[in-house]
Amino acid sequence: MSDAEQPTDANEPEGASDPNDVREEETVADDEFEPVQVFPESEEMDLRPGSDDCYKCSTCDTNCPVAEVDDEFPGPKFQGPEQWRLKRKDDRDIDDSVMSCSNCMRCDSSCPSDVPLSQMHNTARGEYVENQMDKFSREYVRNRILANYRTMAELGSKVPRLTNFVMGNSLVQTFNEKVLGITSEREFPEFADQTFREWWRERGGAKVRSDEKRVAYFHGCYSNYNTPEVGKSMVRLFEYFGYEVVVPPQKCSGTPMFANGMLDDAERAAETNVRELAAAIEDGADVIASCTSCSMSLRQEYPELFSFEGTASVAARTYEALEYLRLHEDLEAELAEAEVDAGEFAYHAPCHARNQGLAGQAVELLDGLSGANAEDVGESCSGISGTYGWKEEKYETSMKIGEEMFDHMETTDAETGMTECPTCAMQMEHGTGYEIRHPLEVMDEALVGEGRH
Amino acid sequence: MAIEDDVTVVGGGLAGMTAALAAARDGAEVRVLSHKDSTLKSASGLVDVLGYRPRSAAADERGAGSDESANDADRGEESSPADGPLADPFDAIPDLPESHPYRTVGVEGVRDALALFDEVVGDRYRGSHTDRNALVPTHVGSVKPTARYPATAAAGLASDDRSALLVGFETVTDFDAPLAAAHLESAGVPFAARGATIAFPGDFRVDAKITRFADALDANERVAVEGDGYTTELPVRTALAEAVKPHLRGEERVGFPAILGQHDPAEVCADLESELGAAVFEVPMGPPSLPGMRLEGAFLAACREAGVRFTTGNPVVDYETGDGTSGGSGDETGDGDGDAPGIAAVRVERNGAAIPFHADQFVLATGGLVGKGIDSDRESVEEPIFDCHVPHSRDRYDWFADDAFGDHPFARFGVETDDDLRPLDREGDVEFSNLRAAGAVLGGYDFAAEKSGAGVSLATGVAAGRSAAREVTR
Repeated sequence: MSDAEQPTDANEPEGASDPNDVREEETVADDEFEPVQVFPESEEMDLRPGSDDCYKCSTCDTNCPVAEVDDEFPGPKFQGPEQWRLKRKDDRDIDDSVMSCSNCMRCDSSCPSDVPLSQMHNTARGEYVENQMDKFSREYVRNRILANYRTMAELGSKVPRLTNFVMGNSLVQTFNEKVLGITSEREFPEFADQTFREWWRERGGAKVRSDEKRVAYFHGCYSNYNTPEVGKSMVRLFEYFGYEVVVPPQKCSGTPMFANGMLDDAERAAETNVRELAAAIEDGADVIASCTSCSMSLRQEYPELFSFEGTASVAARTYEALEYLRLHEDLEAELAEAEVDAGEFAYHAPCHARNQGLAGQAVELLDGLSGANAEDVGESCSGISGTYGWKEEKYETSMKIGEEMFDHMETTDAETGMTECPTCAMQMEHGTGYEIRHPLEVMDEALVGEGRH
Repeated sequence: MAIEDDVTVVGGGLAGMTAALAAARDGAEVRVLSHKDSTLKSASGLVDVLGYRPRSAAADERGAGSDESANDADRGEESSPADGPLADPFDAIPDLPESHPYRTVGVEGVRDALALFDEVVGDRYRGSHTDRNALVPTHVGSVKPTARYPATAAAGLASDDRSALLVGFETVTDFDAPLAAAHLESAGVPFAARGATIAFPGDFRVDAKITRFADALDANERVAVEGDGYTTELPVRTALAEAVKPHLRGEERVGFPAILGQHDPAEVCADLESELGAAVFEVPMGPPSLPGMRLEGAFLAACREAGVRFTTGNPVVDYETGDGTSGGSGDETGDGDGDAPGIAAVRVERNGAAIPFHADQFVLATGGLVGKGIDSDRESVEEPIFDCHVPHSRDRYDWFADDAFGDHPFARFGVETDDDLRPLDREGDVEFSNLRAAGAVLGGYDFAAEKSGAGVSLATGVAAGRSAAREVTR
């Protein structure tokens, strides 16, 4: 008998024969690097053992979009493994350059040695903000406002037209820049007249009931307050395939908070999200998200940073919406039968889609749909990285990073852009003036048809 | 249901991309699954076929698979290879041990692969005009026999007798030019070599990335340069030439570490040549390596053009067989009479979820011990995805030689295959009917000692890719 026929993994959970039925907490816990096991005396996060895996090949530095355009930024190798070594000595402060990391997490996918770089950056940034940043400084207040976009959005969306009017006012923009340090170069994203959740309530919730096929939609802030059409497309598409959609209560995914070192805020949000989503999973649902930073957060950052009960099962059962349909339905065959009048798209894969292995997905799917085509506009980061490009002092860097993408978009035949990430979309629109769509909207148009609600 | 392709290649290095390209060009729908960004970023960019005769030849002929380490007397003799670098690698292939992957694909297989390579890289590479190995100086000052080399390294060949000045930069610490020059001279090169270390012109950070210098040279950025009591601005290529000139004492060629542009090194070299009045070449460097990145770019572009799909970011961890059971848990045939089971899908692991990728044919190109395609602990050596048999001694003290540069059995750890590159189990039967292996995951050769890494990856990649495509398109 060959080795291949012997069980490879004694810890393999029961039910592993169904690839999507891996619910056990241990499946994550077993594989994850667990720092406290190595230094049991320490209660705090200690990533030094992970930093010992770094053999200084510097590949992460050559893949960091910030380091590429900002000569002052020392790069992920310093921010991660080197800093974690240095700070083993108590008198070492976290270097303030860690606030210039945009949390694109590209260093993770370039590291040939599995060093947990973005986890190191997130925890170092949290420590920096907690211990070294003046809580009354303009930077702190500004970052806190940006990181807690949802709180502002909730207020703003109550009176969307008024808010849109006020935020578009040049005096307000000047105030934002001079007093808060929020760049006046950008157009504030408009609030929709009706949020996704309002639409969902008005619609009477799900139109399809099913005990077998159920998904819990994590809409995130942006598709709730700003682009509810993405959420509506998501709902129509999943109902077309016979899924019951549930929309659990939820807070911000935490992505902008990680990027700004607001780990306490992120933890509060994560606690609600994990509790609500874990409950939905208990009811037989899988979690889907339409924003790739939201799914990244639920999948990777939560288990790296927090340890609520249910974190691992939420991570293991969260999917990006189209990824989920590809895995469970014959989406490609459906698309082969369909036709749209959507035309050419210049597609940009968000960094957080790349990190999840979803970079080529939208292009592949549109390949098989007549009437639509997407050209990938390349490897570069869009540069906005959520709240990063909103900071007055980071705006230039953000636009320099995005330049390669803008140029590439303009050399394609397309006049419309496409991406899964709301802030990448903002940057694409800002840099080229193109209208930007979400792949879910095109799929909805192809399979469900426009006008059906 | 689920994601389905004709051929799924596991691994995105040179072997994986070559296999994918070959299969796609033969008409198959191909997907590459790669855990991380391609390791080509760490490769020197030199494409060796066979630089030295393997020392293991004798040991292998005594009995393949026994992995007895050579005794001390043998090793003393063999660690100073009398025959030196090989002039013609193709000549030596038929005499390689049976277990060597080149014996599986044959001389013609190697030639086919190089033809594909030459076509992919176009005028970015040299060496296709001859079967003879070129001798390329490396960043430590050794001389490496190689079959194909970047065009930017062409003026640096060690067989050329023009005198050379090597120029290093204070902040590019991987290249110590005076030391490399001294090493080259003591290696007996037929020319005078001298080294100089200068500051890269302009105001760059002390730990600036090599890509930063390359970008500056690509764009020919203007940099501030100190003159006689005044500061002036010059295009960086001119400023660099000006900084080198005082060190040039009539040398006919000048070598720089391989940082001369990411996108258009030929143009950067040409500009420097006309400013300096001497030939200019790049010396290949360790990771992260610009020649490696340029090569990655060329292969990625060729793969994309051929319609290869890439899914990157998560590791493949196991597989499913036809009846839907997971890797290793089934006991389908067992009697090993050629009735090998087939793989239905490989599974990619992502934070606790397993995502299946279905295909008709699979290629395993995950690399060797360094690339993590072969894994070991204190007890045993394994191939972690399909658990293919990796021949090794039960006693781990037999895995290595005492001499650090000795003839280490671990260097040849990897899977054994049949004529069609299908991995074999302990009894010598095919493990899976639709799995082929390519590149460093293969056993039976020591790419570091014999300088054959890229050649084996290309040759077995092409063979595995074509074979897989033949199965699905027939």
